Amino acid sequence: MRTLSVDALVILACMGAALAADSPDCAVAAHLVNTEYRLPRVAAAIDKMHQLDIEVVGAGSSTLIGPGGVDLAYPARLQAILSKRLPAVKTKVVTNVKSRRSAAEMAESFEKILMEEKPALIIWQSGTVDAITGVDPEDYRATLDEGVETLHAGGADVVLMNQQYSPRTESMIAIQAYADNMRLVSQQREVPLLDRLAIMKHWSELGVFDLYAATRKVEMAARIHDCIAQLLADLIHDGVKLSREQPRADR
Amino acid sequence: MLYRRAQIRSAPNPPDSAAPKAAAAPAPSPQRDLRLDLFRGIALWLIFLDHIPSNVVSWATIRNFGFSDAAEIFIFISGYTAAFVYGRAMRDRGVIVAGARILKRAWQIYVAHMFLFVIYMAEIAYVSSSFENPLYHEEMGIFDFLKQPDVTLIQALLLKFKPVNMDVLPLYIVLLLGFPPMLWLLLRQPTLALAASTLLYALTWHFGWNLPAYPSGSWWFNPFAWQLLFVLGAWCALGGAERIGRFIRSPWVLGLAAAYLVFAFLIAMTWQFSALATYVPRWLSEAMYPIDKINLDVLRIAHFLALAAITIRFVPRDWPGLESSWLRPAILCGQHSLEIFCLGIFLSFAGHFVFNEFSDALFVQVLVSAAGIAIMWAAAALISWYKKIEGRSPGSRSKPPDADLAGGEA
Repeated sequence: MRTLSVDALVILACMGAALAADSPDCAVAAHLVNTEYRLPRVAAAIDKMHQLDIEVVGAGSSTLIGPGGVDLAYPARLQAILSKRLPAVKTKVVTNVKSRRSAAEMAESFEKILMEEKPALIIWQSGTVDAITGVDPEDYRATLDEGVETLHAGGADVVLMNQQYSPRTESMIAIQAYADNMRLVSQQREVPLLDRLAIMKHWSELGVFDLYAATRKVEMAARIHDCIAQLLADLIHDGVKLSREQPRADR
Repeated sequence: MLYRRAQIRSAPNPPDSAAPKAAAAPAPSPQRDLRLDLFRGIALWLIFLDHIPSNVVSWATIRNFGFSDAAEIFIFISGYTAAFVYGRAMRDRGVIVAGARILKRAWQIYVAHMFLFVIYMAEIAYVSSSFENPLYHEEMGIFDFLKQPDVTLIQALLLKFKPVNMDVLPLYIVLLLGFPPMLWLLLRQPTLALAASTLLYALTWHFGWNLPAYPSGSWWFNPFAWQLLFVLGAWCALGGAERIGRFIRSPWVLGLAAAYLVFAFLIAMTWQFSALATYVPRWLSEAMYPIDKINLDVLRIAHFLALAAITIRFVPRDWPGLESSWLRPAILCGQHSLEIFCLGIFLSFAGHFVFNEFSDALFVQVLVSAAGIAIMWAAAALISWYKKIEGRSPGSRSKPPDADLAGGEA
């Protein structure tokens, strides 16, 4: 039984990869992925160490529940995509993901992560839980700001990731103020932002994915996570390219 | 196009004349200032449009063209009309009677808010039972409120748990609760009252005062900050507008207001087109952002005042357009603001429901927006009609004929 379920996982994972590779769906949102901000520590890790350690710190939308969910979620897909794109670099993506966690709760683990894991890049996903529980947006901004500062000081680059676009619950969760604050921190701290909210909204408007659909199947969720992973890889690529073009010793 | 036109003019305006300074009880009824009704009606429409998530029509509302939005208009005019109505009552019948009427109004608004809350809970209960998708298991956390109705309901009754977009009425309630002493002071020492209000605003910014919310955080409309606009409206109604009338009409002020509106418009464009954001100098964006809505940022007040100054310049009190049948729907809606506000919130839920269950195609969005405004108009016409037939029936007119004078209701 156990081997059977592992086989099923592998098949599922391959299926997710195949689907995304086949379809240009993800690419329609590519224009929403761009950054003027550098990722110097990632560039150094790739160029000098030939090793890239990434840690995803996030809440429930950084994983998929159910059997095989973890392998279909974007952190695992990111590792697969980066390994393919950077064959000479040893890429590892680990996750620090737990549902129902606010940004402040995630930030508490930063010191430990920096000490123990020493990743070159932290992908910090947050905002949904803060919006549901009504954390003061100004406090949220301060949390992000201080968190990014801690991570930079500890030797890690940061990519911020905002909420998913969820049309059904849109009138119940006021996420915009949190997304705006994340954008502000991204600009002021000069860290790349993966605007997942705008990307998914764009997909929804174009009908690439039916985000209104009620389903128990994980298939569409897996395709979306794979697309997010591809766009994340693009974003990291841009930040690294920029660092190589304009190396700066500040920060 | 109607909306675009509306947003250009959607600022309220302190009237240039005839603020009811004369204290004598049987003074001739001042002419009703239809501009208050008009702009409050338009504000109610904008609030409705803005509250339907991802509604394409809401791109045409003023919040996308500058710093302030319909909330400023609504709160300012509410302060204006409250002072107009209850100021008369306080002069004619004394502090106790006027204070009692203000508290009665606050109670009505509280009941209306709780009614809206029940509709909200019905909506999320429906969605929670009909929607499932592994992609959104985090978002499903919003339904946890249903799992502990004891806490949720009590926190809602205490005005601490306020669902999305249901923050304006609680603000209004708190503003009215604090209004009797403020009105008393405004009638005696208007300048001192305005100074006290400004001081409270400044202290709020300095010390970070706000009311607590549930499950965490604080109020989205900080009453200690937003009271400034309410009191400013009240101050204008009680003669302040006359005092600053000449100043507001000076070409310097108008020029400055226009320049500021252009500046705010350009900044707002950088929110729509992020490529433009690179033209905003870093020092400016650091000084400017975040533009704090919760605590009524100074940039927002200035934007609202600039809109108001331009509006009274181009829409005088006796502007013939106010009699035109084109503006009649907005004026009617503005005259029954509490009912139409609540209806608008309900309709925005209903509009989102249509998007969820049927389609969110572009034409559906436009149709839902137009239908919502038509329903608000029809309801306002119906309420007017009821009031009229009640007024005609003998002996029913025992309550003072005040509420309809300035902007319908306080």
